[in-house]
Amino acid sequence: MQISTLILLLAAVLIAVFWLGRDKAIRCAGGIGSVRKLHSLPGYYGYYTAIWCGIPGLILIGLWFMAGDVLILQQITSQLPEHLRQLPGPELSLVVNDIKNMAAGQFINPARIGELSDAAEQYTNLQDASRWILAWSMLAVVCLGFGWAWSRLSPGFRARNRVERVMKTGLILASTLAVFTSVGILFSVVIEAFRFFQKVPVADFLFGLNWSPQTAIRPDQVGSSGSFGAIPLLFGTLLISGIAMLVAVPLGLMIAIYLSEYASRKVRSWVKPLVEVLAGIPTVVYGYFAALTVAPLLRNFGESLGWSVASESALGAGLVMGVMIIPFVSSLSDDVIHAVPQSLRDGSYGLGATRSETVKRVVLPAALPGIVSAVLLAVSRAIGETMIVVMAAGLAANLTINPLEAVTTVTVQIVTLLVGDQEFDSTKTLAAFALGLVLFVVTLILNVIALRVVRRYREQYE
Amino acid sequence: MSNEAAIMEAPELQSEPRRIEDATAVQEPAAKRDEPMMMDEEQEGKGHTVGDITAADPVISVRNCNVHYDDTCALKNINLDIGRGEVIALIGPSGCGKSTFLRCLNRMNDTIDSARITGTFNLYGEDIYAAETDVVLLRARVGMVFQKPNPFPKSIYENVAYGPRIHGLATSRAEMDDIVYGSLERAGLLDELKSRMDDRGTSLSGGQQQRLCIARTIAVNPEVILMDEPCSSLDPIATAKIEDLIDELSRNYAIAIITHSMHQAARVSRRTAYFHLGRLIEVDATDKIFTNPGHRLTEDYVTGRFG
Ligand SMILES: Nc1ncnc2c1ncn2[C@@H]1O[C@H](COP(=O)(O)OP(=O)(O)OP(=O)(O)O)[C@@H](O)[C@H]1O
Ligand SMILES: [Mg+2]
Repeated sequence: MQISTLILLLAAVLIAVFWLGRDKAIRCAGGIGSVRKLHSLPGYYGYYTAIWCGIPGLILIGLWFMAGDVLILQQITSQLPEHLRQLPGPELSLVVNDIKNMAAGQFINPARIGELSDAAEQYTNLQDASRWILAWSMLAVVCLGFGWAWSRLSPGFRARNRVERVMKTGLILASTLAVFTSVGILFSVVIEAFRFFQKVPVADFLFGLNWSPQTAIRPDQVGSSGSFGAIPLLFGTLLISGIAMLVAVPLGLMIAIYLSEYASRKVRSWVKPLVEVLAGIPTVVYGYFAALTVAPLLRNFGESLGWSVASESALGAGLVMGVMIIPFVSSLSDDVIHAVPQSLRDGSYGLGATRSETVKRVVLPAALPGIVSAVLLAVSRAIGETMIVVMAAGLAANLTINPLEAVTTVTVQIVTLLVGDQEFDSTKTLAAFALGLVLFVVTLILNVIALRVVRRYREQYE
Repeated sequence: MSNEAAIMEAPELQSEPRRIEDATAVQEPAAKRDEPMMMDEEQEGKGHTVGDITAADPVISVRNCNVHYDDTCALKNINLDIGRGEVIALIGPSGCGKSTFLRCLNRMNDTIDSARITGTFNLYGEDIYAAETDVVLLRARVGMVFQKPNPFPKSIYENVAYGPRIHGLATSRAEMDDIVYGSLERAGLLDELKSRMDDRGTSLSGGQQQRLCIARTIAVNPEVILMDEPCSSLDPIATAKIEDLIDELSRNYAIAIITHSMHQAARVSRRTAYFHLGRLIEVDATDKIFTNPGHRLTEDYVTGRFG
């Protein structure tokens, strides 16, 4: 029996069980006319019964997925000929793979066909058996659950409260999953970064002024000692994000003010989505816009003024990134400005203030905390942006504040460190994790600040 | 329209209601109510206002005021004067257009795109809606206090200083201090808040906030103050304070106050105007409106038969 069939069957059973439970509740109450004698609506009794059948069933399937194959393989390896069983770990797992492939009929390793055909056959048999075991135990579990729930159904039974509790638990599980994911990501980054810091001192990494991660692959290679000073990267990130924010914040704010204070409702309903389209353009597209259109423009313009502009410059990347970020600032700020109570504007107009005075002196100050957090969120977006920088700002880790030169950023270096053939525990690859950690910490701090500011802002108007 | 013209036009406008008022005056109020009522029903169809819409020394005079929001008509043919140094109460059931009327007087309706306003509105004989009228100055002269206290999220000092700053009323810090402390004093807030000038206006109690808003309004030294249900969110003690304040202010300002409380109207106002479904039904001395109204709708409302 296939697992998918089993799951479909379970679903069908659950639907049936739902109606059975509901029906029993109605009958207990003495017919559809007197359901008010029940503690909960009849449907809740149905859900309750279905939950008692479904959850144990699903848990069983989950267990089978996690443990079933492992147990079978253990069984099979223990019965392999002695010389195979003594193989070291990696090779043994190759053998196991051969068995699986043979069982699936996909690829038969000619060298091992004699030794393994028995094992492969046994594997198939055991798998079949395990599915049947699963099916029968599911039946048992579902029947048990059904019996238990059935026996408890009575008019006074508080089915609603129990169903609600299950709902709540489900929602909590969903949110813990998200939390665990971020904890997991952080954990993996921290561990690898820690390994990096065993090879390169933390201070050298955080305060070093020189970034050239090329390490020797062979011992006799020249220029072998890489240097891992992150300052040029942080500086480059700062420079590009700074330029981007110089573009995005004023433009975004002005758009937001226009949309929320000046535009008629019709204009607003058109312009706002149009601006938001900017956020939907893939960053790769921005990247080649920056590299192919903006960068030459800048260079020509710079040459006409007698400046030398690198063909890949922080300025070009920053400008284009700024355009990309505009909707983050404008949309969030527009929402925030919109949330400023109309009564404040009325108060200001009532005292004879003009529209721009009202915006400057009442609306913006009142919306400021929200605007600040919008800007901070945009900053973390800018810091994390990679594609545009790869394409338009170059890879050279210059420590410079001249926006006309090529610079590189933390994210870009992470990409270049991990692309290509490298041992996975070389200093060079590990450096990527240290950089990732730095990035993580910086954006985390920004987000925490943003959230706090938003919270304070909310308190003020509620 | 000039001031004189408004006054000259007024008698013919209100000649008929006058007659009715005189008629009711000579009748026994309680015994023979029916007859004038009959006449009022006739009047209602023509949209005339019962009572005396004029004031002896009008600061604001409104003639033939109509307001539409998109296609719905919010006010029909309103004529009313507001006199110098008087408090006029605007009463009427919810949605009858009181706020709309009040907001016409300092052009706050300009901020509502769908509102269309016709008619003549004069402030000391100058047309409020004339093209050359500066809304900024107008709103400085006709101040407004709103139903819900709406202090700015700034310090108490800055709240009061807001208007004077916009209009450049003070040239030095000392002058500004004078204006701010003077306004708070007149709003009866100075003693309570002297030590808290840097606290946020939003941190005050509701009653204090509303008095702060009044202080903010009088800081720009207006000639008329419009109040839209200023006490509706306040407790009786705060209400009493604000009523005292209105009493106090009425020496210097013309005040129009919307209220849903008959008692409040009776306590603070000299004249009362009763609005009903976008019409101004009756205007008269407050005593008369409450003891001997000239129109059945007014009577029904003030006696609580609907509202
Ligand atoms: N901004 C607006 N847009 C459309 N219609 C409006 C608007 N403001 C008011 N109205 C309508 O105009 C009519 C009069 O409203 P208004 O606010 O003047 O009533 P009100 O007498 O002040 O009532 P209340 O005592 O409840 O404050 C109502 O029917 C209302 O629905
Ligand atoms: Mg109102």
